[in-house]
Amino acid sequence: MTKKFSQEHEWIEFEDGVATVGITDYAQQSLGDIVYVELPEVGKKLTKDGDAAVVESVKAASDVYAPLDGEIVEINEELDANPALVNEAPESEGWFFKMSLADESQLDELMDEAAYKDFVEGL
Amino acid sequence: MDQQTELLKTALYDLHVELGAKMVPFAGYAMPVQYPLGVKGEHLHTRAKAGLFDVSHMGQVRLTGEHRVAELEKLVPGDIAILKPGRTRYSAFTQDDGTILDDLMITNAGDSLFLVINAACKDDDIVHMRANLGDGVSLEEIDDRALMALQGPEAAKVLSRFAPAVADLKFMSFAEIEIAGIPCFVTRSGYTGEDGYEISVPNTDAEALARKLLAEDEVEAIGLGARDSLRLEAGLCLYGNDIDTTTTPVEGDLKWIINKRRRAEGGFKGADVILDQLENGADRKRVGIKPEGKAPAREHTQILNTDGEEIGEITSGGFGPTVDGPIAMGYVAIEFSKPGTKIDLMVRGKARPAEVVELPFAPHRYFRG
Repeated sequence: MTKKFSQEHEWIEFEDGVATVGITDYAQQSLGDIVYVELPEVGKKLTKDGDAAVVESVKAASDVYAPLDGEIVEINEELDANPALVNEAPESEGWFFKMSLADESQLDELMDEAAYKDFVEGL
Repeated sequence: MDQQTELLKTALYDLHVELGAKMVPFAGYAMPVQYPLGVKGEHLHTRAKAGLFDVSHMGQVRLTGEHRVAELEKLVPGDIAILKPGRTRYSAFTQDDGTILDDLMITNAGDSLFLVINAACKDDDIVHMRANLGDGVSLEEIDDRALMALQGPEAAKVLSRFAPAVADLKFMSFAEIEIAGIPCFVTRSGYTGEDGYEISVPNTDAEALARKLLAEDEVEAIGLGARDSLRLEAGLCLYGNDIDTTTTPVEGDLKWIINKRRRAEGGFKGADVILDQLENGADRKRVGIKPEGKAPAREHTQILNTDGEEIGEITSGGFGPTVDGPIAMGYVAIEFSKPGTKIDLMVRGKARPAEVVELPFAPHRYFRG
């Protein structure tokens, strides 16, 4: 299993041809209390850096961009009833969606955990 | 952080930073948008107990002079002459076209009128008053006093520990009271829908008073984020969003600020337009809007009728922690303003069902004695 991170503060866990995507702990902390997550429909084709989901806090809506090219194969239905999962467990139960990848080599353009940690510290 | 060096700081700036607030630019000031408790926690705490807000960015003005009441009445549609000493009234500066330059609080402080005006409007308001208030009225900008609000069902209990006299003040009443020995102007009012006080305090004593209040078990510091969600649930207008220089008091569902004598006599800016709208109705109205489902609809969201035709726009929208769901206010064409009317909101290119509802979303709990 490979875990990668984007500059848009998403984490991507790649295993058996499927990437699970969510937002990082850093992201949920800066967003604050999350009250609604709008997820894409299963089957939707995503383009790297294109719109994928929307996450809403009390105060504002923020876009979540696709970290990779691919297609949605599953979404986290739990977030509809309990969006606070993103605050409570951003990098586990608070995952957003799973996607198949059009080009696995795009994973190499993302940061590993150490690089993401440095990236966040530099912000 | 560079931009913050150019921002003005209130007397409580260092305290906000010490408390771990996230500071943001707001109307030229560095203001706390939230503290570590977070917007939702701060909102719920205020409704359950008591919250302390720094609102020192707002303008405080004193008008003196024999003709102050008659002169101010030329600029606002409220009956100020009828206000007894120690009484406060919500009003608005109107313009010749009937639209709103700012909303404000007007208190008869006995020997003077004490006004509280919006931070973002205060320079314009002062120019407007200086240009229009006749000779014999003098205007003093009070810049040596901070302003804080203590709001929530336990606000009275907390504040009366330091000043027993505040317990007897009724909603929209004012008194000069010493709180913990500090000379304050206290008004029983606020911007949350809860019971509570707005306290004008000398800058030099502001931090000491804030620390005393925050040391009480019931009190948490509350930022601008929760201030906004609290006032939206209370159905209260935010100037610049819900009312501005394109809306009249009648359109803004603020008919009640045009008092009886002023309806009969007129004599305020825009009276012809406003009195005509009172008589014949306006084309649109500010209403409460409850989106179905969970997706919030933010300001500038287009409002459609169920045939897909545009009928208005949301002016404030978000999530109400007490309501535990999305809430909004906006303007709709008058034929769609009746509570219960089904409408659609265009959020991210998709029409989503919503309903026009009565305001407020959270009941007002003012102390009327």
